[in-house]
Amino acid sequence: MKDFRRTLLILVPYLWLLALFLVPFLIVVKISLSDIALARPPYLPQFSWADGIWSFLSQLDLENFAFLASDDLYWKAYLSSLRIALVSTLLTLLIGYPIAYGMARAPEEWRATLMMLVILPFWTSFLIRVYAWMGILSQEGFLNQFLLWTGLISTPLTILNTNTAVYIGIVYTYLPFMILPIYAALDRLDGSLIEAAEDLGCSRLSAFWLVTIPLSRNGIIAGSFLVFIPALGEFVIPSLLGGSGTLMIGKVLWEEFFSNRDWPVASAVAVVLLLILIVPIVLFQRNQQKQGDP
Amino acid sequence: MPQTKFAPWDDPNQKPLIRFENVTKRFGDFTAIEALTLDIYEREFFALLGPSGCGKTTMMRMLAGFEAPTSGRIELQGQDIASVPPNKRAVNMMFQSYALFPHLTIWDNIAFGLRRDRMPKHDLADRVEEMLKLVRLEQFARRKPHQISGGQRQRVALARSLAKAPKLLLLDEPLGALDKKLRQDTQFELMDIQEKTGTTFVIVTHDQEEAMTVASRVAVMDQGALMQVDTPEQIYEAPNSVYVADFIGDVNIIAGTAQPDADGVVMLNRAEGATPLRTRSEIAFAPGQPCHLAIRPEKIAISAERPEAADNMLQGKVMDIAYIGNLFTYHVELPDGSVIKAQTANTKRLASRSFTWEEPVWIAWTDSAGVLLDR
Repeated sequence: MKDFRRTLLILVPYLWLLALFLVPFLIVVKISLSDIALARPPYLPQFSWADGIWSFLSQLDLENFAFLASDDLYWKAYLSSLRIALVSTLLTLLIGYPIAYGMARAPEEWRATLMMLVILPFWTSFLIRVYAWMGILSQEGFLNQFLLWTGLISTPLTILNTNTAVYIGIVYTYLPFMILPIYAALDRLDGSLIEAAEDLGCSRLSAFWLVTIPLSRNGIIAGSFLVFIPALGEFVIPSLLGGSGTLMIGKVLWEEFFSNRDWPVASAVAVVLLLILIVPIVLFQRNQQKQGDP
Repeated sequence: MPQTKFAPWDDPNQKPLIRFENVTKRFGDFTAIEALTLDIYEREFFALLGPSGCGKTTMMRMLAGFEAPTSGRIELQGQDIASVPPNKRAVNMMFQSYALFPHLTIWDNIAFGLRRDRMPKHDLADRVEEMLKLVRLEQFARRKPHQISGGQRQRVALARSLAKAPKLLLLDEPLGALDKKLRQDTQFELMDIQEKTGTTFVIVTHDQEEAMTVASRVAVMDQGALMQVDTPEQIYEAPNSVYVADFIGDVNIIAGTAQPDADGVVMLNRAEGATPLRTRSEIAFAPGQPCHLAIRPEKIAISAERPEAADNMLQGKVMDIAYIGNLFTYHVELPDGSVIKAQTANTKRLASRSFTWEEPVWIAWTDSAGVLLDR
C-alpha cells in the first residue's frame, strides 16, 4: 500500500513530463520527418490503420534536415542567433553584476526594496514593455527627442529596427534573470573573507578579483545560462525591435510555420534548435547540482 | 637553570611594540573606546578580555587597520599607523569565523598572503610546507576547507595568518567555535607556537579561563575602558575593583564600611551587631569609607567544629552543595541571610561528604586571604 502510494507520487511528475513535453516533442519530430502537402494538416504521411505501421514509417525521411543544411539561410540564422545571444549575455553580465554587487552591499533595510524594484517590471506584460521600447527608440521617439533637445545630435538616430534595438530589448528583458542569481551568491558571501584578503596583502581591487569574483562564480554561470538559453530562441524581441537585417532562428521558425505554412521544415528547425540548446541546458543543470555541495 | 622572568612591562628601558595613546573611537553617538592608553611589548601574549560590547574587538580592528581611531594615536614600533591601510601593515589577523577562502585548497589558503608579496616560487613552497608542519596538517594540504574538521580549520587559519611572519598577530576569539576539550588542547598548542615563532600575539576573548591560561598579561575591559592590565596571577589574586574580581573566577563580595586598625589592618564593619571582618590591606582607607571585601571560595575553610584560632570566623548553615568532580562548593547561609561560597578539594575517592544540607558549620579565613576594594 505504501509502495503503491510512493509510486503514484513519483508517477505524477513523470506523467506531466510525458504528456506535456515528450509526446509533443515526438509529434514535432514526426512532422519534421514528413513531407509538405496541400492538405489539412499540411503534411504527409498521415497514420492510418488500414496501411499499417511499416508503410507509414517507410514514408518518413530526413529530407527536411538535408534541406536545412543545403540552404545557407538556416545555418546563418543559427549562427546569428548564437552571436546575438552570446553578446547579449555578456552585456547583461556587465550591467547586471555591478547592480547585484550594489544591492548586496546596500544597507540591510534597503535590500528588500531594491529586490522589489528588480522584479517590478514583471508585473507588466512583456509585450507591452517591448512596445514601450518601440516608442522610446523610434525616429520620433523619446530618446531621439531628448538627444535633439540637449543638442548632442542634429539628426535623429536610427535605432529601432536594427540589431542595436534587439540587444537593448534582450538586455532589458533578461537583466533580472542575471541579477537575481548573482545577488544571491554575493549576499551569501562572508564579508570577513574580503577583510582577510586585505589583511593578507590584497588591495581592494585584487581582493575583488581573487575572492569576490570566484565566490560568485556559480551565480554568474546560473545567470548567464538563464539569459543565454531563452535569448537564443527569442522571437518577439527581434520581430518587434529588429529590422529586415536581423536574422534570428526564432523569427525564421515563425515565418516557416505561419507565412510559408511549411510545417515539416519548421519542425526540423525546432528540433535542431532544441539539440543546440541541450548542451547549455545540461551544463546549467550540472552547475546547479554542484552548488548543492560547494 | 632558572630562566629570567619575562616581564618587559616592568622594565622602563623597554620600548613597546604597540602603543595606544589616548585613543577614542566613536561610531555615531556610541563610544566604543574612551581615551585609552596601553603599551604592548614584543613577544608578549596579550589578552583583551571583557564581555561582548566592551570594545575589545574594536581595538583589534584598529590594530588590523579595518577601523581608524576617532582621536589619539596608535603606534607600531614608534610609527603612527593611522594612515597605513590593512594590506600594508606588518600585522596579520586570525578571524573568529576563520575566513578561509572556500574556493582554495588548504595549501593555497596558506600561500595566499605570500603570493601577494610575490615571493619566489621555491621559497613560497618551503614556507607553506613549514607552516603546514607547524600546525601538523601536512597530509591535508590538497583538501578544501569544507573537507576538514573545525579544529583543523582553526589551525589552517592560524598557519595562514602566521605565514607572512607578521610582527604582530591578532587573534579574534580564536577558539570560540571549538568544543571544550579541543579548546584546552589548542590553548597549549597556541602557547607553544607563540613561543616557537616569537611573534607578539594579541588575543581577544570573552572566556576568562582562556585568557588566564594563554596570556602573559591580561587587560580586563568594560564599556570601552581598561579596568586592569596585569599578569593573570595579579588579576586573580589582586584585582583592583569589584568588577575585575567578579569577572575573573568565582568570588564572594562582602560590602561594609572600613575602620582602619594598626599595621595595615582594616576592620570591615558589616551590619549593626555583626562581627567585624579583619583584613590586611595595601591601600589605605578612611574611617567609615564604604568598601568591599573580595574573597575567593577556595580560600575559605569550612568545618563542623569551631576552629581553634582564626582571623575571621563565622557560623552559618549549609544551604546548597555543588559537586563539580574535583571540587565541592558549599553555599553557606549566614544568620543575616547572606550567602558565602566555600570550596574544598575532593582529594579522597569514595569518601562520603563531610557536611550535609541544613547542617550548622563554621567558615574561617585568614586576614590576608581576601582583598579589600574601594570601588
